[in-house]
Amino acid sequence: MRSKNTIIALAVAIVLAVISYVILAFVGLSGERGMGVPADNGFYLQDSATPVMDDLTKVYNLVTYIISGIVAFVLGLMAYIMIRYREKANPVPSKTSHHVGLEVAWTIIPVLILIVIAIPSMNLLYKQDVIKDTEVTIKAVGNTWNWAYTYPDHENVEEIISNPLDETQSKEAGKPYLLATDAAVVVPVDTNVKVLVTSINNMHSWTVPSFGIKMDAVPGIINETWFRANREGTFYGQCSEICGIKHYYMPIEVKVVSKAEYARWIANDGSFTTSVANNNSILGGGKTAAQK
Amino acid sequence: MVALPGENTPAEPSSYDDDGKPGFFARWFYSTNHKDIGTLYLIFGIISGLIGGFLSFMMRMELADPGIQFFTNEHQYLVYVSMHGLIMIFFMVMPALIGGFGNWFVPIMVGAPDMAFPRMNNLSFWLLPTALICLLISFVVPGNANGNGFGGSWVMYPPLSTTGHPGPAFDFIIIGLLAEGFSSIFGAINFITTILNMRAPGMTLHKMPLFAWSVLVTAFLLLLALPVLAAALFMLFTDRIAGGTGFFDPARGGDPQMFQHLFWFFGHPEVYIMILPAFGIVSHIVSTFSKKPIFGYLGMAYAMVAIGVVGFVVWAHHMYTVGMDVDLKAYFLAATLVIAVPTGVKIFSWLATMWGGSIRFTIPMQWALAFIFLFVVGGVTGVMLANAGVDAYLHDTYYVVAHFHYVLSMGAVFGIFAGFYYWFGKMFGVMYNKWLAAAHFWLFFIGVNVIFFPQHFLGLNGMPRRYVDYPEEFAIWNAVSSYGAWITLAGVAFFFLMLIEALILNRKRVGDNYWGEGATTLEWTLSSPPPYHQFNTLPRIEDNAEH
Repeated sequence: MRSKNTIIALAVAIVLAVISYVILAFVGLSGERGMGVPADNGFYLQDSATPVMDDLTKVYNLVTYIISGIVAFVLGLMAYIMIRYREKANPVPSKTSHHVGLEVAWTIIPVLILIVIAIPSMNLLYKQDVIKDTEVTIKAVGNTWNWAYTYPDHENVEEIISNPLDETQSKEAGKPYLLATDAAVVVPVDTNVKVLVTSINNMHSWTVPSFGIKMDAVPGIINETWFRANREGTFYGQCSEICGIKHYYMPIEVKVVSKAEYARWIANDGSFTTSVANNNSILGGGKTAAQK
Repeated sequence: MVALPGENTPAEPSSYDDDGKPGFFARWFYSTNHKDIGTLYLIFGIISGLIGGFLSFMMRMELADPGIQFFTNEHQYLVYVSMHGLIMIFFMVMPALIGGFGNWFVPIMVGAPDMAFPRMNNLSFWLLPTALICLLISFVVPGNANGNGFGGSWVMYPPLSTTGHPGPAFDFIIIGLLAEGFSSIFGAINFITTILNMRAPGMTLHKMPLFAWSVLVTAFLLLLALPVLAAALFMLFTDRIAGGTGFFDPARGGDPQMFQHLFWFFGHPEVYIMILPAFGIVSHIVSTFSKKPIFGYLGMAYAMVAIGVVGFVVWAHHMYTVGMDVDLKAYFLAATLVIAVPTGVKIFSWLATMWGGSIRFTIPMQWALAFIFLFVVGGVTGVMLANAGVDAYLHDTYYVVAHFHYVLSMGAVFGIFAGFYYWFGKMFGVMYNKWLAAAHFWLFFIGVNVIFFPQHFLGLNGMPRRYVDYPEEFAIWNAVSSYGAWITLAGVAFFFLMLIEALILNRKRVGDNYWGEGATTLEWTLSSPPPYHQFNTLPRIEDNAEH
């Protein structure tokens, strides 16, 4: 009798776990993903533009499958218990209050599950954190409330002050409001880029979701991270450490261009105007404000 | 005052009203009675909950649509965010769970006539309104050039809390939190002494009810964690004085990240301080309404001890993005995952307690069952966030907001309501109307899920926390979340209708043990409400008694 109940309860729980997997596979983990921008009403990660974000997405998916399975399993057990052992169905309660085997099992099995999670998670962490040989370095300095970018290896490129575009300017430029800036930081594609992050006053955090990076800008400390964008385009992020009244209004905009274009941009002292004719000044480099 | 065996003892008063109680003012303002102080704590928690709830409701209304609706001064929004966190944590959850239920039931459950230090108990309580008044004053005094109040979030990181808020608003918060800290430390000393020294004859630690265990572990966490917060706050205080210290100022050789380490060394145990008493309450409710003793009692008790111990060595998982050494992050990743094991033991032990039971779905049981399920949901997203690599994406997004509201707003708060309905008759001598209570439960349950589940989606899609305005890609799920705030508000309204009906209009009296067979702890041997001074003759716990 007892073993029959156990089998039914486990069956219910496992069926629910499987249902949760189906929901995840066809809905939860196949939602629309924005590349460099949030997806419209999306419910999944932004799309990946770096190898680190590829791995991050894989670890996220793995862990989501595991934890959804656990939630569904617990829900299934609870549902079964609530129906089978309600007062009407089971008027005389048992007095069992110990079962060594069970207690050992629900200690050991979670440990095994955690090991399954920890291994890919550690791999991701070390891949993300250990900085590869980098060819390009950019320095992002958080300010209240904008980002300033410099190229330590190219003194001819002036400091880029990246201010947010207001609502009308964003519309004119055809860019998303609260994400768009008047001057993006420019990096080459398929290149390891080192990012130095610091701040000159309050703390900020330099974030690009599609690159899978987030690094706090702390005054007095220069933090390092890196990314390798594998496609061209514009990628947005938003300041992710509370920094005062305009915390919501100091976005990050990264423009990834081809290596040749990047070389021309550098040679041209940080300007696209000769190489990309149809690019308006808003998309250009650091001198845009002065050029306007 | 403990009556020794053989000594002449006064006749056991048969009800709450038989015993000589002081007049109104002396009773409620000079109170040294653990039950009266517990009631004061609960009233205080309800008032703070209303204030904190109002702040969060305004935040949800602001975020219902893209664009700035109400907070034309965005600084004011950040003030609401900061104060919501501080008030809910320090002035709602902690007073209700530890001060309220702890004071009411720990002495009774261990068979003691009162707390060990009744006058210190009075001090513990009255420091709290003082502290709350300091926090409320900070709303209306200058914070920085942008307006009144402190808008640096409950984490209070410098330099935003030093040079970023030069006005007196943050000084009031520091003073308020220091007062709150002393209140909690005194309370913790009181609970530890009571539990270790004043248990009734035969009440060994291994026979002690799990709620008393949970408060014992919580009290140790308070005692060890709060002095660190006090030190960090005091360092901020001296840093803020012109020409003062420079602990966190890099220009003077200080380190802003040191504050984060100090803060989270307090802050992570703090989250267990808020949840462990709820674990204790839920254990009693599950056992009572399954009519079964708790499954794996020792495992349950020591799981809480394990959570408390490990809770002290995982703090930097709140700081994965500050630029820590990768090996350090790997350690905190591993240590954080370990906490899932004792937590899992508790969840499965609750399920096993129900297994084979004869389950009654009373109001407190509904809250407890919802607690178990929602705590699992919040707990597993904690496993996700423990992954330092994935956290580089999710840190400071709404995924984190969803996670900690699932474990606090649905964990700790559901634990509070579960305990409130479980002991309602015991504390006030009257029974609630179960239809009003059921409306409260269902509206609240649906409401908070509608608020917080979509916030996972917002976080995954990349929406950062503490934003007064957001790109319109986030519009739908924010709108859904804000509808949830209305549903929750309706639930809260039913809570107050329930209180008015039960305490003022109807006053339906209840017996000593109105839950019947499953309720086995000592409070059910006393009248409802218990006599003003209980256990004039100490109860004796038999060797074969169940927990």
